[in-house]
Amino acid sequence: MKIDAAYVAGLARLELSDGEKAVFQPQLERIVEYVEKISGVDTEGVEPMMHGRPLVNAYREDVVRPSMDREKALSNAPSTVGAEFLLPKIVEGAES
Amino acid sequence: MSELYELGISEARKGIANGDFTAVDLVESVISRYESDDLHAYLTFDEEGALELARKNPRAVPVAVKDLINVEGQPCTCASKILEGYVSPYDATVISRMKAAGFIPAGRVNMDEFAMGSSTENSAYGPTRNPFDRDRVPGGSSGGSAAAVGGNLCIAALGTDTGGSIRQPASFCNCVGVKPSYGRVSRYGVTAFASSLDQVGPMTKSVEDAAVLLQAIAGHDEMDGTTPREPVPDYAELIRGASLKGVRIGLPKEYFNVGGVDAEVSRITDEAISKCEAAGAELVEVSLPHTSYAMAVYYIIAPAEASANLARFDGVRYGHRSREAHDVLSLYAKSRAEGFGPEVKRRIIMGTYVLSSGYYDAYYGRAQKVRTLVKRDFDEAFGKVDALLTPCAPTPAFKIGELQDPLTMYLNDLFTIPSALAGVCAASVPAGFAKPSGLPVGVQFVCGSFEEARLLKICKAFEDAR
Repeated sequence: MKIDAAYVAGLARLELSDGEKAVFQPQLERIVEYVEKISGVDTEGVEPMMHGRPLVNAYREDVVRPSMDREKALSNAPSTVGAEFLLPKIVEGAES
Repeated sequence: MSELYELGISEARKGIANGDFTAVDLVESVISRYESDDLHAYLTFDEEGALELARKNPRAVPVAVKDLINVEGQPCTCASKILEGYVSPYDATVISRMKAAGFIPAGRVNMDEFAMGSSTENSAYGPTRNPFDRDRVPGGSSGGSAAAVGGNLCIAALGTDTGGSIRQPASFCNCVGVKPSYGRVSRYGVTAFASSLDQVGPMTKSVEDAAVLLQAIAGHDEMDGTTPREPVPDYAELIRGASLKGVRIGLPKEYFNVGGVDAEVSRITDEAISKCEAAGAELVEVSLPHTSYAMAVYYIIAPAEASANLARFDGVRYGHRSREAHDVLSLYAKSRAEGFGPEVKRRIIMGTYVLSSGYYDAYYGRAQKVRTLVKRDFDEAFGKVDALLTPCAPTPAFKIGELQDPLTMYLNDLFTIPSALAGVCAASVPAGFAKPSGLPVGVQFVCGSFEEARLLKICKAFEDAR
């Protein structure tokens, strides 16, 4: 199993420069090779551990409560229009 | 004691109670250190905001905050370009609790970008220097917190620990650093790195200070479903008169026969063991047989969770948006490419790989099972002993630029990762100074899940015996 850094970066929606591809590829190969040492562990019948504690669902009352002001929620947006986030055109052929 | 910024929390509170000075004097003293900060421990400091809180609560004590914890109205960059200019719209639970308990968030300290690293060299805003040797790193990822505490640039600090990010820098900078048990402290408002591991904890000048600060931030929070409704003990009261007499301390043999441990770290750890024995502790050799797999488990689980958590940085609602974005794909791919630094990119790729179709079972699924085995090792050990004593980091602080290979850097967390995976609590306590460099070295104590009172008692007794 060999990692293809550029391909996986694409899956993660992360553009890499040619320089980054050249640097990351051998580094990631060594990291993958290192973590593969767990393949030698006998895990037959062992339950996976998902968290640092044995967790059960944490429920709360389903009641309406105040949430963050719209103005505050929008305050860090790169671009807004009125009460909404403004984005570049994302549908082919649509007006931006 | 000549300057107020040299004080710890407990001394500062005594001085306030005696009427010697007020919160305003303390904050002003810390601001003077921020203004002359030549370690680059701080990223930003809302001076007027801190002074205003000090005027409102003249008995409060300032605490520096790692730059991934949200404080309303302040920047929260996570030491990343992708969050440049971001202003927190709300307080993290640890911050609102700290304010209610008589603390003032004062100054935002440097870190590895998104807490990924062991040296603070991965900060997009430049590295922090070690207060004991400016050519060396303070450790990481909570390196700004550690340098600010160890270099007397603050009274105390908050850090976060995912695989050792509180404990290793505490060891490098001569401070006390506590990683609480998973679930002991709320992470609401703390930027997520690896959600099955992340914890917030105190970094302080004494064990007593760590107890006081942990008590302030710990406890159930309905905004973080991993925090149970277990009462928070009065840690500061419980550590009074702490003794090591009759305490069973386990020495895990897998931590003492690994290569690559600095001779001075071994000497100081051996001396710490002798001091515990002289103070009445019973030493027991124990075994944690899956220790050698922990690093590999961590470097699957942590990047996997990070890749999912960092998917929120898409240039839409907050954070950097590329000017080159012309459609939805380039909006994501270019904003992320421009905003994230190299280590974050590597971990996103690694995490996406181990979660991807066809590889999930071999990597992430299998790592979660091996994690169960790592945890069982600890459960078994804590059936025999009250605590474990181990080295904290394999070496004292290394030089800035010394470790270029990511995998070599990862090996710094060899001794802190297994307890993080197990979800138990652990602390680094100053134990001595390496010769002839004079660099500080800490030792690590580890206790079972939600055994912070026991952990702090043992740390306090060790601090007194040192």
